Amino acid sequence: MKRVPVNPAIQGRTYPPTAPYLVGREKVREFARAVFATAPVHFDVEAARAAGHADVVAPPTFPVVVQEHTLEQLLGDEDAGIDFSHVVHGDQRFEYSRPVVAGDELTAQLTVTSIKSLGGNSMVTAATEIRDADGGHVVTTISTLVVRGED
Amino acid sequence: MPVIPDLSSLSVGDEVARAEHRITRDSLVRYAGASGDFNPIHYRDDIAEQVGLPGVLAHGMLTMGIAVQPVVDWVGDPARVVDYQVRFTRPVVVDPIEGATLSLTAKVGVINADSSRVRIDITASAGGQTVLGKAQAWVSLA
Repeated sequence: MKRVPVNPAIQGRTYPPTAPYLVGREKVREFARAVFATAPVHFDVEAARAAGHADVVAPPTFPVVVQEHTLEQLLGDEDAGIDFSHVVHGDQRFEYSRPVVAGDELTAQLTVTSIKSLGGNSMVTAATEIRDADGGHVVTTISTLVVRGED
Repeated sequence: MPVIPDLSSLSVGDEVARAEHRITRDSLVRYAGASGDFNPIHYRDDIAEQVGLPGVLAHGMLTMGIAVQPVVDWVGDPARVVDYQVRFTRPVVVDPIEGATLSLTAKVGVINADSSRVRIDITASAGGQTVLGKAQAWVSLA
């Protein structure tokens, strides 16, 4: 079955910033356990402070939790034409200005940076800029979604 | 306090860490809850089969999250990981009883003395097959 292809006009489109996400200490611990992390700075506030952090530090891939809210905007955009049931995660990157710590209030904003066609599939690359409550850059997450064109 | 690796003692190609982790269905449920990714292909055999998969798969982001841990342990603080990327090249099928074993090695790929940063290249395999491509973490040793 042939589906409607991804709309190439969404390249360059920026979605509104998401509502602030408050990074909780227990969420950091829960996520750290889930990715088999053992570094004390994920769990122990004193260890984190001794290492110069304001609170427990989130694992490097934690911002995916915040990025998820921006991908929902993209996948929910009918004009984009991305059929979620045919999406595969192609690649992922995190570019940090500073680590995420408990207590951070993070806002995320997604921009579609590229749309490519490859062998009947669409490759959608989206960059999500994640900023703190002061507007300072924390991390940019970059995802490429592979949208299969045919069954 | 963890000891920070000394940049001047490193050479390109050095293996800095190696680890093996068993991913079970329990791990997938735990990661689903922690991450909010409740796609049922990560815990329901019937749905995985329906969509033509060889079995229940580990979340790509779980594999990515585990794969950087040997690097974090080596540098002592996750905050030293300033850039981390992977390509998802092959899914990790998680058997309901046996689980799956993820084998990881981390080697020095590039040394940038000016910025005191080192690129660590990670190899991740399960069942003898590579599951991540271009898995690279830049760490700051400043």
